[in-house]
Amino acid sequence: MGDNFVPTAADMTRFLPELILTVIGTLIMVLEPLTREENKSRLGVIALAGLVAAMWGSAVAAADPGTAFNQMLIVDGFGTFFRFLCIGVGILTVLASFAYLNREHANSGEYYALILYSIAGQCVMVTANELIMLFIGLEISSIASYVLAGYLRDDKRNNESALKYFLLGSFATAFLLYGIAWIYGGTGTTNLTEIHRVLTNRDIAPLAGIVGTSAALMFVGFAFKVAAAPFQIWAPDVYQGAPAPVAAFLSAGPKAAAFAIFLRVYLTAFDTIADRWQPIVVVSALATMIVGNFAALQQSNIKRLLAYSSIAHAGYVMCAIAAHSQIGTQAVMFYMVSYAFMNVGAFAAVTHFARQGERYVNTEDLAGLGVRQPATAALLTVFLLSLIGVPLTGGFFGKFYVFKAALDANLVWLTILGLLNSAVAAYYYLRIIVVMYFKEPGDSTANLQPPAMGIQAVLWGSAAATLVLGIFPSWVLDYAGRSANLVK
Amino acid sequence: MTNLLNWVLALPLIGFVAVIALPKSVARMVTLLLSLVVFVMSLGLVAPFLERGNGNWFVTDVPWIQSPEIRYHISLDGLSLWLVILSTLLTPICVLISWKYIDTRVKEFHAFLLLLEFGLIGVFVSMDLFLFYVFWEVCLVPMYFLIGIWGHDRRIYAAVKFFLYTMAGSVLMLVAIIYLYNKAGTFDYVNLIDLMQRGRLTFTQTEQFYLFLAFFFAFAIKVPLFPLHTWLPDAHVEAPTAGSVMLAAVMLKMGTYGLVRFCVPMFPQAARQNADWIVTLAIIGIIYGALVALVQPNMKKLVAYSSVSHLGFVVLGIFSFNQQGLDGAVYQMLNHGISTGALFMLVGFLYERRHSLEIADYGGVSTPAPALTTAFIVTTLASVGLPTLNNFVGEFLVLQASALVNIWWTVFAAIGVILSAGYMLWMVQRTFFGEATEDLRHHMADLNPREVAAIVPLLFLMLWMGVKTQTFLPYISQANARILQQSQSGVEFRAATPNPEAANGR
Repeated sequence: MGDNFVPTAADMTRFLPELILTVIGTLIMVLEPLTREENKSRLGVIALAGLVAAMWGSAVAAADPGTAFNQMLIVDGFGTFFRFLCIGVGILTVLASFAYLNREHANSGEYYALILYSIAGQCVMVTANELIMLFIGLEISSIASYVLAGYLRDDKRNNESALKYFLLGSFATAFLLYGIAWIYGGTGTTNLTEIHRVLTNRDIAPLAGIVGTSAALMFVGFAFKVAAAPFQIWAPDVYQGAPAPVAAFLSAGPKAAAFAIFLRVYLTAFDTIADRWQPIVVVSALATMIVGNFAALQQSNIKRLLAYSSIAHAGYVMCAIAAHSQIGTQAVMFYMVSYAFMNVGAFAAVTHFARQGERYVNTEDLAGLGVRQPATAALLTVFLLSLIGVPLTGGFFGKFYVFKAALDANLVWLTILGLLNSAVAAYYYLRIIVVMYFKEPGDSTANLQPPAMGIQAVLWGSAAATLVLGIFPSWVLDYAGRSANLVK
Repeated sequence: MTNLLNWVLALPLIGFVAVIALPKSVARMVTLLLSLVVFVMSLGLVAPFLERGNGNWFVTDVPWIQSPEIRYHISLDGLSLWLVILSTLLTPICVLISWKYIDTRVKEFHAFLLLLEFGLIGVFVSMDLFLFYVFWEVCLVPMYFLIGIWGHDRRIYAAVKFFLYTMAGSVLMLVAIIYLYNKAGTFDYVNLIDLMQRGRLTFTQTEQFYLFLAFFFAFAIKVPLFPLHTWLPDAHVEAPTAGSVMLAAVMLKMGTYGLVRFCVPMFPQAARQNADWIVTLAIIGIIYGALVALVQPNMKKLVAYSSVSHLGFVVLGIFSFNQQGLDGAVYQMLNHGISTGALFMLVGFLYERRHSLEIADYGGVSTPAPALTTAFIVTTLASVGLPTLNNFVGEFLVLQASALVNIWWTVFAAIGVILSAGYMLWMVQRTFFGEATEDLRHHMADLNPREVAAIVPLLFLMLWMGVKTQTFLPYISQANARILQQSQSGVEFRAATPNPEAANGR
């Protein structure tokens, strides 16, 4: 390609999903002032159509894999897998948002446009083959997420959530950027494969200290984004304060994309110093699981509980990263899919019964849901059992593959402690089931309307996906396995 | 899906879905009919054993998940045969005894009962470690709901405790299962045993020790072995009658079945090396359970602690590592299922009439309810090990087996037998005899036909299993002989194990 900066047709094809998302997002912004108040939810339908088109775009891009824009992007199986995942999470979020926005009288085009932009950023992240590109993707995704977290601008909780997320988030990305600067200083390149090549060549490799510092600085940025200890402090406050469907989105989409870049950077560029970063990831994984689970035991606010639970789940995923193998990568990919469905499903149920102004978000408010709305309660139970890791759900196989990868890498103690942690976790998930089924119906569920269409679709769809992943995991796992080969 | 075992396994699951889908009014009837059909079909499972003797029958072995290689591999041998039939027998009986007692959320109750039956049958027929683990966990969920929704006052505490105890044990088992897979490349039980027999799969002493311990811990919680038993009294007392019956009669057997099926043949050296402390715990359990039962004012708790004591015998038999011990243990598993299941049912009948489980609230029940009293006394006598009734056979075999290894084990275990007569008969005396209060005399109906239909099959089995052991024991013996032979490959003997004929000749 040389010095030719004019993008070729192939470049454009490989960039198709991002193009579609940006164009549709901008279209929604243009249509927003032209749409009457009562018709705003039509913009959501456009967003949905855009996401489906982006799905198609990812498939088109995947048909012609390779690099684009002078090796800035790489469309490989791995990137495509995560593109599908992030876009899928977007579809579920938009579906769950209709009812929420109508209820809060806050239907507007910006919301849908921001979701599309955020996903466009995530798609850039997961296909970035270069640190600057990766950083740009991360920023696109994050800035849209900051705004989304504070979407209901008159709500104090939203404001707190957005401010915390923004301040801490920009601080963490600064670390990431600083890490990028170090590695650029050391190797003279920001291209991941180039960095790998330089680091493996003894003659030109920079001092181990420089590489190590860079890896450590970047670890701070990634660990923040996936909410891994000791950089997890923001997550509970942000998830609790953000609108429920946004919390669902944050806990699945950006997290999956962050894990994707975490894996890509550490398994390509920093592959050669794996024996140095592995212990750090092990310790962080362990700390993340313990902090997440033990803090969740104390929570009475269900959004906060799910936030801590999502921290704990990040810990399980880190166990597979620590395994530092293709099986580990495959396990992370499978886990993120099953986690996305069960977590978005659980948050969709929360969105449903929280009602206007999110008044009912305590676990106790679910009392008697099992009697009043058996179907919703049963679906939420499926998600909770999956989060516990009971067989025949996706969550079980996720855990199984993650810990199998860890055992493969001889991380015996990490596996034992991790699985014991998941037994601890059972307690707080069970508490929600206890309240739904074993407690007498209370006032909080007395005048609960049946779930709206969009939320119904998310609940049933996610539950079906969770069960399918739990009974036929091969369908996703094999695809993940074929895609888990990172180009070094 | 052509073979019978697949249908016996699948029907309860189909029933679970059907009961959820069908209207509430027919849930009871559908469950009863379906579980009776399953029971009758499961009787057909005996056929190949009668015709062709012992072996692995009804094998279905198809791939389920490609990577890692997990197979849907089920089959039936003499060890699992009767446990499967025990599960299918007790499910319709549980529907019968819940006919009046369960009046809220009837549909969910029966759906969970069928899901439980599915899980239990699955546990006993799985020949793939992974599949076994799946069914093991599947059993957990319905029982959790059965206790939590339809239980007594402290049901939530009991349900959560039950779930967490079992979960804590089973995650360790999962680690061991994954470790085995990473080493051997297969989850298939038959393959694993075969690899071990041919010396293609060996473990260092430490490896074997930890693997054994991981499996053992999961099973010991389920048995439950002293001091891991504390979930059991809570779960039993708080569960509804049907829950207690299923829990005591079948679910506890998951643990002992696991010990016989997996711990002993797969890790023979470790099993033998650890036998001493395990047997010590079992004997402590026998005596401790009996002593605690002696002082219980609550009938259900008394029966629950008697389970701790009886299951101690099963563990003692298994870790004697001889033919009589294993035979006695497996036979005792069935006996305990029948007699303790019946005891829980009868206590449930009393509770339905008087809404009390306190022994002190009863007295003189025999006057207004003679049939109930007769059934209770027969069951009690079976439970304390009266000759000609079932428990005697199992206890005798276990005591004989332990005497072959160490006479002191027998001496202490026998104390448990004596104590059991004490606490059971004392309870009978205080409950059924003496002077009945005026109120009790007028409000204590005798057994109705539905209850008779539920209890008579069990009473009949107590007698049958006590008198005609040849109906059941040969299949169990043959399966055990194979397990014993597998567990002796490459093992140096701790104590010489005489062959059964020689032992019987003494």
